[in-house]
Amino acid sequence: MENSNNRRKFFTMTLQSVGLTALGGLLWSGYSHEVKASPLVLRPPGAIKESDFLSACIKCGLCAEACQNRKTNIDKETGKAREGTLIMAKGGDSKLIGTPYFIPTEVPCFMCEDIPCVPVCPSGALDFASLANEKQELDINKARMGLAVIHKESCIAFWGIQCDACYRACPLLDEAITLEYQKNERTGKHAYLLPIVHDNICTGCGLCEQACVTEKPAIFVLPREVSMGKAGDHYVKGWDKKDQERVKDAKSQETTTERSKESASDYLNSGGEYR
Amino acid sequence: MKNMKYLLLRRVTQIGLLVLYFGANTYGWNILAGTFGSSLLFGTIPLADPYTTLQVLATGFVLGADVLLGALIITFFYFVVGGRAFCAWVCPINMVTDLANWLRRKLNLDKEEVNYRFLKRNARYWIMVLGLIVSAIVGIAAFEVLSPITIMQRGIIFGFGMGFAVVVAIFLFDLFGIKNGWCGHLCPLGATYSLIGKASLIRVNHNHEACTNCMACKVVCPENHVLYMVNKESIMVTDGECTNCGRCIDVCNDDALNFSIRNYFKEK
Amino acid sequence: MALNRRDFLKSAAAASAAGAVGIAVPSTLQASADEAQKDWRWDKAACRFCGTGCGIMLATKGGKIVAVKGDPEAPVNRGLNCIKGYFNAKIMYGADRLKTPLLRMNDKGEFDKHGEFKPISWQRAFDEMEFHAKKALKASGPEGVAVFASGQYTVMEGYAAQKMMKAGFRSNAIDPNARHCMASAVVGFYQTFGIDEPSGCYDDIELTDTVVSWGSNMAEMHPILWSRVTDRKLSAPDKVKIINLSTYRHRTSDLADEEIIFSPNTDLALWNYIAREIVMRDDAEKIIDWDFVKKHIVFASQPVNTGYGLRREGEKSLKEGKYSAKEMEIVSKEMSKVVSSKEAPALAPFGYKEGDVMKHEVPMVDGKPNPLKHWEISFEEYKKFLEPYTADYVTKISKGNPDESDEEFKRKIQLMADLYIEKGRKVVSFWTMGMNQHTRGTWVNTLSYNVHFMLNKQAKPGSGAFSLTGQPSACGTAREVGTFCHRLPSDMMVENPDHRKIYENALKVPEGTINPVGVQHIMKIHRDIEDGLVKFAWVNVCNPYQDSASAEHWIKAAREMDNFIVTSDGYPGISAKVSDLVLPSAMLYEKWGAYGNAERRTQHWRQQVLPVGDAMSDTWQWIEFSKRFTVKDLWGEQAPSGPRKEALPSVIEQAKKMGYNENTTMYEILYANEKAKSYKLDANDMVQKGYDNSESLGDSRNVKGSDGEVFKGYGFFIHKYLFEEYADFTRGHGHDLAPFDVYHKVRGLRWPVVDGKETQWRFNAKYDPYAKKEAKEGEEFAFYGKLAKALKQGDLKGITDKEGQPKPLPNKAKIFARPYMDPPEMPDEEYDTWLCTGRVLEHWHSGTMTMRVPELYKAVPEALCYMHPEDAKTKGLQQGGLCWVESRRGKVKARVETRGRNRPSRGLVFVPWFDEKVFINKVCLDATCPMSKQTDYKKCAVKIYKA
Repeated sequence: MENSNNRRKFFTMTLQSVGLTALGGLLWSGYSHEVKASPLVLRPPGAIKESDFLSACIKCGLCAEACQNRKTNIDKETGKAREGTLIMAKGGDSKLIGTPYFIPTEVPCFMCEDIPCVPVCPSGALDFASLANEKQELDINKARMGLAVIHKESCIAFWGIQCDACYRACPLLDEAITLEYQKNERTGKHAYLLPIVHDNICTGCGLCEQACVTEKPAIFVLPREVSMGKAGDHYVKGWDKKDQERVKDAKSQETTTERSKESASDYLNSGGEYR
Repeated sequence: MKNMKYLLLRRVTQIGLLVLYFGANTYGWNILAGTFGSSLLFGTIPLADPYTTLQVLATGFVLGADVLLGALIITFFYFVVGGRAFCAWVCPINMVTDLANWLRRKLNLDKEEVNYRFLKRNARYWIMVLGLIVSAIVGIAAFEVLSPITIMQRGIIFGFGMGFAVVVAIFLFDLFGIKNGWCGHLCPLGATYSLIGKASLIRVNHNHEACTNCMACKVVCPENHVLYMVNKESIMVTDGECTNCGRCIDVCNDDALNFSIRNYFKEK
Repeated sequence: MALNRRDFLKSAAAASAAGAVGIAVPSTLQASADEAQKDWRWDKAACRFCGTGCGIMLATKGGKIVAVKGDPEAPVNRGLNCIKGYFNAKIMYGADRLKTPLLRMNDKGEFDKHGEFKPISWQRAFDEMEFHAKKALKASGPEGVAVFASGQYTVMEGYAAQKMMKAGFRSNAIDPNARHCMASAVVGFYQTFGIDEPSGCYDDIELTDTVVSWGSNMAEMHPILWSRVTDRKLSAPDKVKIINLSTYRHRTSDLADEEIIFSPNTDLALWNYIAREIVMRDDAEKIIDWDFVKKHIVFASQPVNTGYGLRREGEKSLKEGKYSAKEMEIVSKEMSKVVSSKEAPALAPFGYKEGDVMKHEVPMVDGKPNPLKHWEISFEEYKKFLEPYTADYVTKISKGNPDESDEEFKRKIQLMADLYIEKGRKVVSFWTMGMNQHTRGTWVNTLSYNVHFMLNKQAKPGSGAFSLTGQPSACGTAREVGTFCHRLPSDMMVENPDHRKIYENALKVPEGTINPVGVQHIMKIHRDIEDGLVKFAWVNVCNPYQDSASAEHWIKAAREMDNFIVTSDGYPGISAKVSDLVLPSAMLYEKWGAYGNAERRTQHWRQQVLPVGDAMSDTWQWIEFSKRFTVKDLWGEQAPSGPRKEALPSVIEQAKKMGYNENTTMYEILYANEKAKSYKLDANDMVQKGYDNSESLGDSRNVKGSDGEVFKGYGFFIHKYLFEEYADFTRGHGHDLAPFDVYHKVRGLRWPVVDGKETQWRFNAKYDPYAKKEAKEGEEFAFYGKLAKALKQGDLKGITDKEGQPKPLPNKAKIFARPYMDPPEMPDEEYDTWLCTGRVLEHWHSGTMTMRVPELYKAVPEALCYMHPEDAKTKGLQQGGLCWVESRRGKVKARVETRGRNRPSRGLVFVPWFDEKVFINKVCLDATCPMSKQTDYKKCAVKIYKA
């Protein structure tokens, strides 16, 4: 009796433990899943794909420390380090806690030539190789932290106003952002000088966003996955040899629509009217 | 002051380490940079937390060699100095939970301990395993999302933000909830170090002959089940859950407790 | 009327709904809807930033300007502005606006040169100013009282200040910051045309085929005009060519078909190269319009050994050893220098060869020093002068990018010359500070007209050399009102007794009042403070302690010597910081005003809002100051002092004959006179109706004025009086301004306004009524300026016919033989890099205003040191890292920028000067054009090293 009581008790407790663990695990998974679901976060240069980055980042902060303490971050007057670009996500930041990110309107990435934040990464979350040029030197211009996007309606250059603050702030001036000239037919004697961002050069440093003079920046950096569309393999620029390269892995695929999902014979054999 | 020796030494170590980490970010010192998750000693030697490393590996990401090497170094280190020495000598949360514990005693809250039926001291091992499973499922190091340890440490180095609430929560839990609730019951990091510590070399030795059975050691010990031998026999505290905090040595007026090196040959 | 929000919403909704269905709205309801929108008022004004002269519209609500928009009716900008323009209002509402006078005081409340700034009343402020000005007058005479004036004065402010200084204090020590920006252009106009201001206008942009930019970054500094140039280029991309000449690559190159990077100062050689092409190829290609040249042009030469406007041997501060040995290395070149191999070929026609010691002296005319001396020469002499400027020589000395091949440079300058020469091709040459801030600024300005004249491409629609202005009223106020030490209104000169008489009579002050010696230009005022001559200086609408080169000297002189410096400003800047008394000024649209822009367009605005705090306009400050001085105080005999070697006679007796007595105040004579009082205040006048007038009427702030009583206004329309009295000088003299009221109806007018019509192209008989009047039968042009229109005859080296009478040159313009010469300081082994300074689009001048606008501050928070990446590498500098920029005079720390908007070639760095924390004027050299006295901020030698 005693024994069976004990056994039942043990059985119940084990079941409860397992059940509670499962419940905890579910809650924990759900919570973890939520906190990583922040697609609008900008990562340091060389950051690997966001989903991998979230796994890989060990949250040590070495990148943020290197950024803060880079040689080019000394304040002119005090001789001390200024605020760094990289922030370690804190509770309440709505970013995966402990991971590095930056907010261009506060402190953009200054695109240091020696990229101090990347070599210190111990985990591989920041990928050295992705920033190496042919000579195996670090090249910050290869960084793809994000892509600047222009909201034309609030960009005053598109109103005809002489601004181009973003263009002049761009470290890859006249490459990542160029000016397109258009006649201003309304005034008859002025021109529009329109900033155009080029996604194959823009690093997403955010210097443009910081320089933008509108109340809320009309040019802003978004993660490339968010800001870029994809034309797909079906559209090829007939006038651009290089564009052919892009679709060299294109495959022929069988397609299905509502109209074509039935087999040909089923279609032919269905329906009373034609019988 | 004699009975504060190890306590003071621990506080000096804990705060000293935090100062080094803080200085690395704020003043660019090159002694100990990073956080407990992964650090760089003297700008060259990598260090990494074994449990964090395991979580990342569980996500399926093939970590950089630096982290793996760092985790090995840390594992070896604690294998030598006592597995959970991290908890007592390094972890900043220890200061929070010690404070909660001390207040508990002062406020006599111990007397009215709430009985949480399912929260056994072995819960932490479940959580440890669960952490790895969740990491594997969700694809991020799951404990790092919640870990008050790194939240507090990063808070000190980079600023707290809302993370402060987690530290306060731990404090309240330990003060009004379960005695040694966080460190003794829940913390999967402590659990990992317990496992490492099962075989570690530096241990507390109990001398039954000198013991006057005052039980002061059991009162202060955060894991007092490890002192089961007190008033019973002269053996080492070999339980991995001992944090090597040395409080028992501090409070023992009879010189019945002391650090010594484990002798595997003698044990056999 | 109290109308709460609910009522308003109800009535407005009812009104609009009723309007929509066409119902007549009950008048009470209609009235309350209007009432609610009545506090939202739009009115026109001119932009405060730069000399382009864009029109803006201001919306005022609840006594604050709440919105700014470009004025769609403004012909210059048609509703567009650059980014600064939109912050004209925001700029008035910075958190640290000066709101009350501040005096350096000790604990007992007494003035103490080394005390802390503490708030005082206006009365106390004027007490202190009166005390110290009288002290200075006693010690140094009129020459001891000086004013740092401004090209940002409104016309009325400038005229008010000039009257009190010249007629009241009898001091010519008033000189504007426009000296730093336009003086070379002015002397260029005077010497070439005999009259100031450009012949063309902005309409040239739409009409031209070629825009050549010489030392002007229009893309950043004149953005609206640049957008017009861009539009012109888009209209005919193949026909329209744009060439950008500069000493470093900047944004103006973006649109350019060709970019020519030249070595600093060699623009002189480039102009002469084009002129040589014209002259030498003329025989074969018939390039020169000889008909035009023979009718309208004479050739001229001048001394070349005139120095660099630095301090001269024997000056007090030099003798006292205030200049270090390093500084003296350059200052000594003011006395003499050795002719270099670089300049020797160009100087050969003037009788110099390499290695000669050239002794510098101020030329003498009729026994008086006159740096502007010149004489007529023959075309053959001019041709001889051009001989050295072959493509080889010019390429050798001018090529500014060491990484460019000689052939490439030659190709480009050849192409440029061909574009100028091409028959039928219209060409506009624009320039700004590159040609004005130049140790040979006047020379290079006149060289531009040489080319345009020979081709008959000047003063014609779509063609001409055009000097772009930097400041909003450098033309309208500084130049035309004449707030320069040597000038009087409307092109009259202090040294001309007839002009003085005209001025004295118009002002109803005794003949002989005006001081005939006007040489205390802005650098001289700084130097006179350092020498201890000037003991009272007042800073108006400018920041001379940040914007003057060799700044360390002037700051030290202000702080350490026995003097009293007053700064009137809207915000505290470097000048306020080194002052003893700071006065809060009304800004921009807190006062009635008028500006004159680069194309001679005069634009007026009304006071839109009340000034903040106790701030009052500079006009008011001058008028209140004038109340403290009587005939007896100022008009007695003045012993020789400083540059004036003869005593000024007492004019008190004459004054009595004119009905004044010894105790009549300058206020009564100069401002509150009978004529002034005839300009009535009228609440029903369409111009005045509904607008504040703080000076004339007082205002609801009830500011306690200079007598400690609440200021109730002068009781007459002071601004209209000041403008009309000044405008009378212009009328009938080729500068004709329209009546005050007219300007409140139009979007500005380009003077001369004759019979209500503005003038687009001066000197061209087709467009300019004055030219039409002066031009002889069958002549298309008349260069009717009156200044220096009689010359003695000579050759390149000097006057040959010494005894002969000067030959009159009515309606003629001049072509000058002016050679390339080295600047005083050039890179050497120790100081191995050229330094060029300038502006950025986002900030205006010293940043006192724009650095307080969050949007602009954020866009460009600090001045950077732009340099070539190779230079950075060889000097061990990192992009974004700190470096020292050090000259013989001082050093500043700046951040290295190798990939920014400005891309210098190797060997040159560019540092903008808006940032007081990168105080680049401590590094710059105060060398000036010896003719115009304009400082050369565009070149000095520095070394750059890691900080």
